[in-house]
Amino acid sequence: MMSFETFETAFFMVMAPSVLLAILIGSVYGLFIGALPGLTATMATALLVPITFYMEPLAAIALIVSSTAMAITAGDIPGALIRIPGTPASAAYTEEAYEMTRQGKAGEVLSLGFFFSALGGLIGATVLLVSGPALAQVSLNFSSFEFFWLATLGLMTCALVSSDNPIRGAVSLVIGLLLSTVGLDVTTGQPRFTFDVLELSGGISFIPVMIGMFALSEIIRGFTALERELPPAPKVGDIKPYRGMFALLRRYPMSVVRGTSLGSAVGALPGVGGDLAAWIAYGMSRKFSKTPEKFGTGHPEGLVEATSSNNAGLSSAWIPALVFGIPGDAVTAIAVGVLFMKGVSPGPRLFIENPTMPTAIILTFFVANLLLLPLGWFAIKGARHVLSVPRAVIVPMILLCCFVGSYAVNNTLFDVWTMLVAGVVGYLLERNGFPIAPIILGLVLGPVLERNFIMSMQIARGDLLGFFERPVAGGLGIVVCTILVLAIHRAWTRRGQGPDASDPATVLPDVPNSTKGNLQ
Amino acid sequence: MSLINKFWRHAAAGVAGVAVVLSAGVAMAEWPEKAVTVIVPWAAGGGTDATARAVAEGLQKKFGQPFNVVNRTGGGGLVGHSAIVQGAPDGYTLGVVTIESAMYEAQGLKGVTPADLTFIGRFNADAIAVNIRPDAPYSDLKGLIEAVKADPGGVAASGANRGGLSHLAWVGLLQKAGIDPVAANWVASDGSAPALQQLTSGAIAVVSTSPAEAKALVEANQAKTIAMISSERSPLYPDLPTSDEVLGIKWSPLPFRGLAGPKGLPDDVVQKVSAALKEITEDAEFKKFMTSRGFSVAYQDAPTFAATVKAAHDGLSETMKAVGLAK
Repeated sequence: MMSFETFETAFFMVMAPSVLLAILIGSVYGLFIGALPGLTATMATALLVPITFYMEPLAAIALIVSSTAMAITAGDIPGALIRIPGTPASAAYTEEAYEMTRQGKAGEVLSLGFFFSALGGLIGATVLLVSGPALAQVSLNFSSFEFFWLATLGLMTCALVSSDNPIRGAVSLVIGLLLSTVGLDVTTGQPRFTFDVLELSGGISFIPVMIGMFALSEIIRGFTALERELPPAPKVGDIKPYRGMFALLRRYPMSVVRGTSLGSAVGALPGVGGDLAAWIAYGMSRKFSKTPEKFGTGHPEGLVEATSSNNAGLSSAWIPALVFGIPGDAVTAIAVGVLFMKGVSPGPRLFIENPTMPTAIILTFFVANLLLLPLGWFAIKGARHVLSVPRAVIVPMILLCCFVGSYAVNNTLFDVWTMLVAGVVGYLLERNGFPIAPIILGLVLGPVLERNFIMSMQIARGDLLGFFERPVAGGLGIVVCTILVLAIHRAWTRRGQGPDASDPATVLPDVPNSTKGNLQ
Repeated sequence: MSLINKFWRHAAAGVAGVAVVLSAGVAMAEWPEKAVTVIVPWAAGGGTDATARAVAEGLQKKFGQPFNVVNRTGGGGLVGHSAIVQGAPDGYTLGVVTIESAMYEAQGLKGVTPADLTFIGRFNADAIAVNIRPDAPYSDLKGLIEAVKADPGGVAASGANRGGLSHLAWVGLLQKAGIDPVAANWVASDGSAPALQQLTSGAIAVVSTSPAEAKALVEANQAKTIAMISSERSPLYPDLPTSDEVLGIKWSPLPFRGLAGPKGLPDDVVQKVSAALKEITEDAEFKKFMTSRGFSVAYQDAPTFAATVKAAHDGLSETMKAVGLAK
């Protein structure tokens, strides 16, 4: 694999003061960007490019690595505190995290986010170090057939787990998928549902929808709740960062193992990786849990699994980029550009001719993830101040964040209107028991699903059996179909057991908990 | 009374006129006074994206303002090109245009024609190459063409959207080699990176894209470049045969990458950016970067670039009519 000498040289390269300083600056910067709703890791990276121009190659990459690792983790903060998910990945568990905050466990949920992100990141980086090129080799065998099934799997787990009622989850999912068809068709450029509105031709971007449906709808709910004008401000208590984390680790060791292995595997697939891993991990956690009924009520188990998969996936996303020059997302694309500018060309020859460079890049992941813990400590301590702000002050500030965040995506007012409409629609849907997380995932994965379906159909010349002809695709397809059949079967037998399923009295418990909280 | 009225009217007009001139003068003299958006119509990670980011960095250094690269993908580049056309012609929305901008009109897709754009300068032009899997039953272009002849639908090819230049170069090649282009199986993709992923996974057999974009995979023995679809050998790849010499045909579609803005872009912005682009293409570091990724540097100034696009527009429209893709 790699000689000790390579490792040693790489280690001292990373320990150079300029590199360590770059990691520190990148992390602090990433913390702020990630914690501000609407500002993404991609934006954070793009803004760094002009600065990297004046830096050594490794320091430049270290800056990008640490800022993205931190931004992704810090994206959980606004999700947990004010119900605005920072990234589509954190949308998978925003509901659960916010529920914990409402129960006065803000310190625990934030500690959990940072601790298990760091742990997931460290394990992910180890996987990279040991099996990077081999993992890349595997990822190259994934074609549109496999991507199609993976996207389906992600969408389905999301629909099944985000609500107690899979039918309502599926309805939300379909709404998201339908929204994703707005805009120019990916294959032929045909405009769909654009009504000759210029802004609609680019499609509906998911960030304004996400901000509106999660944050704005929560504000509307606060004003329309019957008994109180606003939901009670969560009790803060004495926040003690990282207290009880090892106990959680001992209680859910399998969640960490599953989450990180899933994150490393799915993250290495170019194009779909990062966002999907957290959703599948959260669903898997619920499936394997001894207490699945506690999910959605502020239960840490799913959070442990999803946050650790998040950061594990982040590092493996670099593998196809470094080994084969196929960047999986915008962040790695920018990083590859920076590497080229520095005269380091990614590709297999890099690992043979200059193995210290890729090793050093992977080592910066270790340092950046370790740094999550001390910086997270400050963030958790600081969170208390956010929570102790009176509601009358924080609500306008959240509203401001909603406006600025949705405007900042494409710098258009149109996105602000999208956010407002999405907020009202999200409020109405949730009041009637429809979960909103599947809408976001449908919107994010809809184009991926459609593109890979069309490509596969063109390859198979219209033969649907083509989706089962490749070994991996066939296996994934059978898994997906089995889950689907089982879900339908269970719904059917539950319906057969008694007529009460259609009775509103039994449908009521399906209402998501955040709604219930206000109706109490 | 009327005299006073007249006086005021004139004065007002005069002041307004001066204000317009002044504000225009000030705005132009200071361009760029804020961040400039550079729209890239293709996915992050492809060749257009990589070169656009290098050019944007060069411009940023020259003008001291951020030049932010924004990937607006979809619709075979139409979404991004439309975004360039529809941007305000104030110099703060520029874009990297590719040869597809000269083809939408013939495809019957509305919104982008060369006449809707102000061309600033070209920085790159590279012929498209034919890439296959290293374990394919054929090892050169002749063998591949024979295989397609035997089963035109069985050899799936990809590289861009249907009707994109990658597609046209491939079907044009087949047509010149005497194969019915309508029977060939073209898989629409969102750029060369996803197409190459399909090739390495074994789902398709051919990717037509620039040799630079397949370079890392070729080095890893995951793909094999067998020929250029061109009339002349590339100085960067002197060992790669051209389709013309292998098959004895004449077919040379040459894709380009260049900077453009919306129609009516102020002349001095065009002059400034075009001059800066020329300097960037002469910069040793930029040249090194382009060569390291296998892109040739081929600068053309604004009028020459506009003429090149016009010629491409006319020639390709003719080909598309012949292949049956024009509407």
